[in-house]
Amino acid sequence: MSTSARAPGISRGTLILWTRTAVVAGLVLLLELLCRTQVIKPLTMIPPSAMAQEMVRLIAAGEISDDIVQTVSEVGAAFAVSVLAGFALGALAQALPRVRRAIDPLLASWYAVPFFVFYPLLVALFGLNALPLIAIGVVFATPAMMLSTIAGLDRVPGVLRKVARVHRMSPLREVMLVTLPSAAPHLFTGLKLSFAYAFIGVIAGEFILSGGGLGYGIAYAYESFENRKMYALMLLVLLVAIGVNGALHVWETRLARRRART
Amino acid sequence: MGDAPRPAPRTHVKKLGDSLLILALILAIWQGLYAYAGDVAISSPLNTFTFATGLLTHAPFWDHAAATLLAFAYALAISAAAGIALGLLLGLRRFAGDVAEPLLVSLYTIPKVTLYPVMLLVFGLGMSAKVAFGVIHGMIPVILFTLTAVKNIPPVLLRTARALQLRPLETATTVLAPAVMPEIITGLRVGFALTLLGVLIGEMFASQRGLGFLIINGINSHDVRMTTAVAVIVVVFAVFVNGAMLALDRRVHHARA
Amino acid sequence: MSANGQAHTDFHATLRAVTRTYPGARPVHALGSIDLDIARGEFFSVVGPSGCGKSTLLDVLAGLSAPTTGRVSFEGKQVAGRVPEGVGVVFQEDASFPWLTVYDNVAFGLRRAGMDAAETARRVDYAVGFMGLRDFTHAYPAQLSGGMRQRVCIARTLVLQPRLILLDEPFGALDQQTRLLMGDELLRLWRETGASVLLITHALDEAAMLSDRVGVMSARPGVFIDLVTTGWARERDSRIVSDPGFGAITARLWSSLRTESMKAIGREA
Repeated sequence: MSTSARAPGISRGTLILWTRTAVVAGLVLLLELLCRTQVIKPLTMIPPSAMAQEMVRLIAAGEISDDIVQTVSEVGAAFAVSVLAGFALGALAQALPRVRRAIDPLLASWYAVPFFVFYPLLVALFGLNALPLIAIGVVFATPAMMLSTIAGLDRVPGVLRKVARVHRMSPLREVMLVTLPSAAPHLFTGLKLSFAYAFIGVIAGEFILSGGGLGYGIAYAYESFENRKMYALMLLVLLVAIGVNGALHVWETRLARRRART
Repeated sequence: MGDAPRPAPRTHVKKLGDSLLILALILAIWQGLYAYAGDVAISSPLNTFTFATGLLTHAPFWDHAAATLLAFAYALAISAAAGIALGLLLGLRRFAGDVAEPLLVSLYTIPKVTLYPVMLLVFGLGMSAKVAFGVIHGMIPVILFTLTAVKNIPPVLLRTARALQLRPLETATTVLAPAVMPEIITGLRVGFALTLLGVLIGEMFASQRGLGFLIINGINSHDVRMTTAVAVIVVVFAVFVNGAMLALDRRVHHARA
Repeated sequence: MSANGQAHTDFHATLRAVTRTYPGARPVHALGSIDLDIARGEFFSVVGPSGCGKSTLLDVLAGLSAPTTGRVSFEGKQVAGRVPEGVGVVFQEDASFPWLTVYDNVAFGLRRAGMDAAETARRVDYAVGFMGLRDFTHAYPAQLSGGMRQRVCIARTLVLQPRLILLDEPFGALDQQTRLLMGDELLRLWRETGASVLLITHALDEAAMLSDRVGVMSARPGVFIDLVTTGWARERDSRIVSDPGFGAITARLWSSLRTESMKAIGREA
């Protein structure tokens, strides 16, 4: 695969990484330039450097500490519940073909449902607090974990189960030493997706209808014409999402690399 | 493709039974929530059903539905056309694809709702903002699915095309297009759902028309029946279209397996 | 014990009137009835047309699936429901654990048995060297060729010092030259460990070259239609393919098998 022409001493992967970094840096620089030269009016968007500056100031001054704590704990709760529930339900559905066939259409159409239209109803049900936010995060993230769990368990090769029996393993040992390691790549994908969905669910919920958190902060700043604060918060949300996803992605490829069959 | 294996009639009956069971379960949970929270939060299934039938025979509702559908049609057309084009381009240019893919995945995972103010500031209130919002939600999955499909075309197929001395256009229409079609259909299905989501959220904030507006207006004027009924109509529409596309999707994929 | 019973204890593994039927709306009679005695230290091969129940025979003997009727015993004890201690199995598919290095794959069974680290290292080292994997001790299976992964699986079985080794078309996916060389290694392993071997294969030359005895199976439901004793010396290797006796044995195997193979093809077409 890597036999294509390349600069001596630089692997293709490194070249891609640098190109990607350069592309992103170029785009940010372009935006900066457009804003500085007033092609993009300050009322529309402030320069990225100003966003970063304001973001650092907000964090250092502790102005948004409460919002950060609220969002982080809500996303954390939704993520933890989704991963545990999604794994348990996925394993259950995989073990019981009858149940699986029954819920298959439900899972298949789950992400077609625009759940945010129900969000106001959730607020009416649970009140204006953290609960509906966590609930929408869980509703969003759990099926992703379920689907990944089912896919992972489906793809444990039958011959590895036979090896477990040749080694006379107890069912628990088989799960710990063979089934889970074998399904690990899919489970990891499930973790990654669950995080993304929990994050989207919670932030979007805060944005639509809430009294706190980063999403609410953005909506509030927008309505009170605080452009600097709004863009600073957007940048923060963007960086957190990309940072966590990026870290998980790097970890995942590192795990996957040594297992990739060629 | 017409003679793809069909499930036996008995499994059809079973599937129908399962679907009815799930529908009954959902209705039961809904009724339970209604019993728990009462009229101030949610209207009962029966009430919603009567109200929704009333809405559907009422002209003003169709004005709003038409506004949503129009914005949705524009957004979907842009998502599909631009998404497939970009996906093909990035799939064929291997290096560009490898550079772009993780960036696209990152964009896919950010909460795009928070970008709504930017959309408003750039596009102003109204149709174009709604469409733009639908596009930023729906286009990325179409690109990603198309890109992966092109990248995963078995090289032997392209070698066969060369061995048969097909011209480039023939290769594109008789080998490339059929090879990537199943994945593109999957991409369009996912893109469809997200585009609809984007347009609806758009309408919920800064529009005086459309189904999203009806929902948020229902909240603001404490018209619980309106909110519930419109939400349910939207969901039924989304699930129905998704089901149809899923059937097509599975048929195309099955014919290959 | 009667003289008859005495003779029986010499047999390492025994199948008596074994059949296997897969249940279902239309039950499939896959195997039998089979009677087979494998002597201690014997190299026995099974050849047969595709789908004749060869792998079913191995699964039943290994304790991986239960016979529908009949009786299976290993070292005088009935095989029931689980794989007996002292039996090792090498499968046709790649069964190496992709998340473990070659070393950890081979050490897997020893660690499960609670063996101390020093003895584990010694045995793994020997097995890895024996299978020619020394340079790849810390590689992951993904970095190895198909033939090398199959060696990892054989090494993983070998370290446990099984007294009966069951191999289910272990070289099925390999090219002809590699197969011959792997065959030599298998013979060396068999001689040095003194284990009994049951090899399932679809390659007549492989069976003729490696075995003391070859059982020829019919199309489904598989029964033995011929038992061929090769008469090779215990010291032997792939060079016996040039022995005139080799051609005669292969010819006999093929004449027994030809009609059955045609049946199998006709049924599949």
